[in-house]
Amino acid sequence: MNLTLKIWRQDGPQVAGRLAEYQVSDISDDMSFLEMLDVLNEELITKGEEPIAFDSDCREGICGMCGLMISGHAHGPEVTTTCQLHMRSFKDGDTITVEPWRAEAFPVVRDLVVDRSSLDRIIQAGGFISVNTGAATEANNLPVSKPKADRAFDAATCIGCGACVAACPNASGMLFMGAKITHLSELPQGQAQRDARVVSMVNQHDHEGFGGCTNIGECSAACPKEIPLDVISTLNADFRKAKQA
Amino acid sequence: MTDTNTSADLPGGDLFTLGAPIADTKAPDGPIENRWTKAEFNNRLVNPSNRRKLSVIIVGTGLAGASAAATMGESGYHVKSFCYQDSPRRAHSIAAQGGINAAKNYNNDGDSVHRLFYDTVKGGDYRSREDNVYRLSEVSTRIIDQCVAQGVPFARDYGGLLDNRSFGGVQVARTFYARGQTGQQLLIGAYQAMERQVANGTVEQFTRHEMLEVIVKDGKARGIIARDMVTGEIETHLADVVVLASGGYGNVFFLSTNAMGCNVTATWRAHRKGAYFGNPCYTQIHPTCIPVSGDHQSKLTLMSESLRNDGRIWVPKRAEDCGKDPREIPEADRDYYLERIYPAFGNLVPRDIASRQAKNVCDEGRGVGPLVGDFRRGVYLDFSAALARMSEEAVAEKYGNLFDMYQRITGESPYDVPMRIYPAVHYTMGGLWVDYDLETTIPGLFAVGEANFSDHGANRLGASSLMQCLGDGYFVLPNTIRNYLADGPFEPVSEDAPEVVEARQAVEDRISTLLSINGDRTVDSFHRELGNIMWEYCGMERTEEGLRKAVDLIRALKDEFWRNVKVLGSADTLNQSLEKAGRVADFLELGELMCIDALHRRESCGGHFRAESVTDDGEALRDDENFAYVAAWEFGGEGSAPVLHKEDLVYEFIELKQRSYK
Ligand SMILES: Cc1cc2nc3c(=O)[nH]c(=O)nc-3n(C[C@H](O)[C@H](O)[C@H](O)COP(=O)(O)OP(=O)(O)OC[C@H]3O[C@@H](n4cnc5c(N)ncnc54)[C@H](O)[C@@H]3O)c2cc1C
Ligand code: SF4
Ligand code: FES
Repeated sequence: MNLTLKIWRQDGPQVAGRLAEYQVSDISDDMSFLEMLDVLNEELITKGEEPIAFDSDCREGICGMCGLMISGHAHGPEVTTTCQLHMRSFKDGDTITVEPWRAEAFPVVRDLVVDRSSLDRIIQAGGFISVNTGAATEANNLPVSKPKADRAFDAATCIGCGACVAACPNASGMLFMGAKITHLSELPQGQAQRDARVVSMVNQHDHEGFGGCTNIGECSAACPKEIPLDVISTLNADFRKAKQA
Repeated sequence: MTDTNTSADLPGGDLFTLGAPIADTKAPDGPIENRWTKAEFNNRLVNPSNRRKLSVIIVGTGLAGASAAATMGESGYHVKSFCYQDSPRRAHSIAAQGGINAAKNYNNDGDSVHRLFYDTVKGGDYRSREDNVYRLSEVSTRIIDQCVAQGVPFARDYGGLLDNRSFGGVQVARTFYARGQTGQQLLIGAYQAMERQVANGTVEQFTRHEMLEVIVKDGKARGIIARDMVTGEIETHLADVVVLASGGYGNVFFLSTNAMGCNVTATWRAHRKGAYFGNPCYTQIHPTCIPVSGDHQSKLTLMSESLRNDGRIWVPKRAEDCGKDPREIPEADRDYYLERIYPAFGNLVPRDIASRQAKNVCDEGRGVGPLVGDFRRGVYLDFSAALARMSEEAVAEKYGNLFDMYQRITGESPYDVPMRIYPAVHYTMGGLWVDYDLETTIPGLFAVGEANFSDHGANRLGASSLMQCLGDGYFVLPNTIRNYLADGPFEPVSEDAPEVVEARQAVEDRISTLLSINGDRTVDSFHRELGNIMWEYCGMERTEEGLRKAVDLIRALKDEFWRNVKVLGSADTLNQSLEKAGRVADFLELGELMCIDALHRRESCGGHFRAESVTDDGEALRDDENFAYVAAWEFGGEGSAPVLHKEDLVYEFIELKQRSYK
C-alpha cells in the first residue's frame, strides 16, 4: 500500500518542531508500524536527509520503549504497543499523523523521542519492597491466594510506556502509579510500607508535573497491557487511608 | 588431553596463533558441595565504613546488572550504573518469557542441587565448567526466595504456593514462571531494588549513556568512557572496579530474538583492551520462533519454549501436503518427528536438537508456511490435542498472551490453526572469559550475566540464563568482588592520566571518522549483509569451506564499511545512525572471530553443528579427545591474527558421555 505520513520533526528540546510530510510506497501488511518507519528512514538516509528519531528496543511489546501518537491515538488504532501494531490495520491511501507523547512531564528529546525519566523517579519514591539481598525467607512461607496473586499480577504487567499519560487530557500518571500501588498492595510482602509508599509516590507524581485524575478513562482505554481503571480506585483508597492513619 | 602444540595442527590454523594454556586458579578444592561456601568464607571482607569510599561502575541494567547494582548499593559501595535505554527497566532481560530454574524440589519429583548441576552440564554438552555450574545450582534456590520477597508475582496454585513447570532437556518440573512474562517480572523486581538504592544515594543512574571504551591503568580496569546519547558529550567515569553486565551479542546475525539495541560494544572494547573472549562461536538457536515473513523484517519473535509442554510438533509426511491447510491433513499423514525420534523426551528435547531436526525436515522439503524464495521454513506447533484435553480457558490461562502475540504478528489464531515456528538466533553462550570470581583477564574488570561465557557450555538449557544472571548479580559477584576490593583504597586516577586521555581520544576519533566517511550505504544495509553471512556460514550448520569463505566475505565487508558507510547528522545530538554505526563496526570484528573460532573447533557440540563431525545416525558428534576445552581468544592487535588460549575442561564429578535423549 501507499501512504502519506505527517511526522513530527524537532531537532532538540529547545527548538520549535513542525509536521513534515513524507510518502511511502509498497508497504506490506506484515510490516510492523516501526518497520514501516525503518523503510522510510532507509530512504531518507539514501537521499541524504537525516532519519526520524524514534525509540524502540524489544519490538515484542514488552519493554515499553516504543510509543507514538498515531493519528491522535496513543500507540495507534489498536490496543497494543506501537511495535506490535501491524500495517494491516491501515488502508492503501491513508494519511497518518505521527507525533511524540505530549505531556509536561515528558519533555521532547528529538523528533518522536521523549524523556520519561519522571516515571523512574516515581518508582524511586517508593515503588518497591524494602528487602536486602540475602534477607529473604523461604519462598513458600508466604502463601498468596490465587485471586490476590492474579490481581497483583494483572497490575504488575504495566510496561511503563507512558501511553496512559499521553492519552489523558490531564496528562495524569495515575494509571501507571495505580498499577504499581495495586501490585504491591495485594501482596503480603507489600503491607509494611503500604501507607508510606502511596503518600510519597503521589507527592512525587505531582511534583513531576503530571496532572490529576478526573475519571475520564482514556488511560485505561489506551493501555496496551489493559491495566484496569480500578487500580486508580485502589490507589485513591490507599491514599485516603494513609492520610487518615 | 589436547596434544597439539601449534596452531598449524588445528583446522584454520593459518588464521590464528596458539598461545599459552589458561586455567581458572580461583576455585577452591575439596568436595564440590563445599567449594562455594569455602570461597565465600575465604574471600576477604571490606568493613562497612570503607565500602563508602570504594566505587563500582556497572555497565548494564538487565537482570545481571540491576541485581548487582542493587546488592552492591545495599552493601554501601558507591555504584554508578549505565544503560543505553531511557530507563533501566527496559533492558533486554525484560523480554524473557518462559521461566527461571531452581532446585527447590517443591514437586517431590526427585530434583536436587546435584541434579540441576548434572542436567546443566549435560545440557551444555560438556563444555561448561563444573565449579561454576555447581555454584549456580546451589544459589538457585535463594534466587526464588529473594524475588518472592521483592513481590515478584510468580504463578501460584490454589493453595497459594508457587507453581512449577518443566522445560526442554529435563524430566523434573523446576521452572518458576510468571505467565509468559517471567523476565519482565524478575527485572522489575531487580529494577525496583535498584531504584530504592538510587533514592538512598548509593546508586547513581546514567540512562541513555553508551559505554564506548574501558580505561585500563597500571594493568587494572579503572573506568569507562561513555557517550551521553542525548547531548553527545563524551564523559570519563573513573572507579575502583568495573563490571560489565552488557548482555549477549546475538544481533551480530541481524535477525534474532534479541532487542534491537543489543550489541557487543562493551565486551568487544574490553576484548581489544586485553580481556579474553571465551567460545565466541557458541550461539544458541531457539527452536520456537515465528518464521521470517519478508525482507523488511527487523527482528524475529520468540514463542516461549514452554509451549512445547502442551503443543505437539509435526510436519506432513509427504512433501506434496505441505501447501495444504493443516486442519485437512489427517493424523495418519502427519509426522510428529520429535516424538518419533526421541520417544523419552519427545517435544521436550533440548533446544539444539529441536532446532536441528526442524531444519532437517525443512531441508528435506517438508517445511510448511508461505514459500520464501522456493523454500518453506516452518513446522507446526499444534495445540489441538491440548485444546481437546484441557478446555480453551485452561489453555488461555497458560499461554494466552503468547497466542495473542502470535496472532498480532501473523494474523492467524493458534486456537484455530496450528502455529508455525522455525529456529532463530536467540542467545550467545560465548562472552568474556572469566574465572571463578567472574573476573576477566584484566584485573578489576568483571563480567556477569550473558556477557560472560562461563556456565552454559555449548548449549543453554531453557530457563537457565535468568538463573545465571540473577545468581551472578545477587549472590556471586557481590561475594567475589569484595576479595578484590579488600585491596583498597586504590590510588586515585587523574582525568589527565595518559591512559584516560588516550581512551577518550580513541572514542572521539572513531566518532569523527564515522561521521566523515559520507559514503553511500546505510548502516543497516551493512548489518543485514553481515547477518546473512553469519547465518549462512556460521549458523546452525557449519563447514570448513563455508567458514573460510565467511572470513573472506566479512573482511571485504569491513573494508567497505570503513570506506563507504553513510552516517548523517552530528555528534552532539541524539543520533541513532551514529549509535548503530559504532555497534556494527564492532560486530564486523566479532563476526570474523566467531568464524575463526567455529572453524578451529572441528567437532559438533550443542547448537554448533559441524557437518564434518556426525554420528552414523546423523546426530552431532562431539570430540572430547581433542576439544574438551574452552577457547579463550586474546586480541592479537590491529590487523594481526588472534591468539588462542585453551582452558582444559576437567570433569571430576560428572562422567563425560555422548549426550543422548533417545
Ligand atoms: C525473547 C527472549 C526470551 C527469553 N526467555 C528466557 C527464559 O524464559 N528463560 C531464561 O532463562 N532466559 C531467557 N532468555 C535469555 C535471557 O533473557 C537473557 O540471556 C538475559 O536476560 C540476559 O541478561 P543480562 O542481564 O546479561 O543482559 P541484558 O538484559 O541484555 O542487559 C544488557 C544491559 O546492558 C546495557 N548495555 C549493553 N551495552 C551497553 C553499552 N555499550 N553501554 C551501556 N549500556 C550497555 C543495556 O542497556 C542493558 O541494560 C530469553 C531471551 C530472549 C531474547
Ligand atoms: S499503565 Fe498501561 S499505558 Fe500506562 S505506562 Fe503502564 S502499560 Fe503503559
Ligand atoms: S519496542 Fe519494546 S514495547 Fe515496543
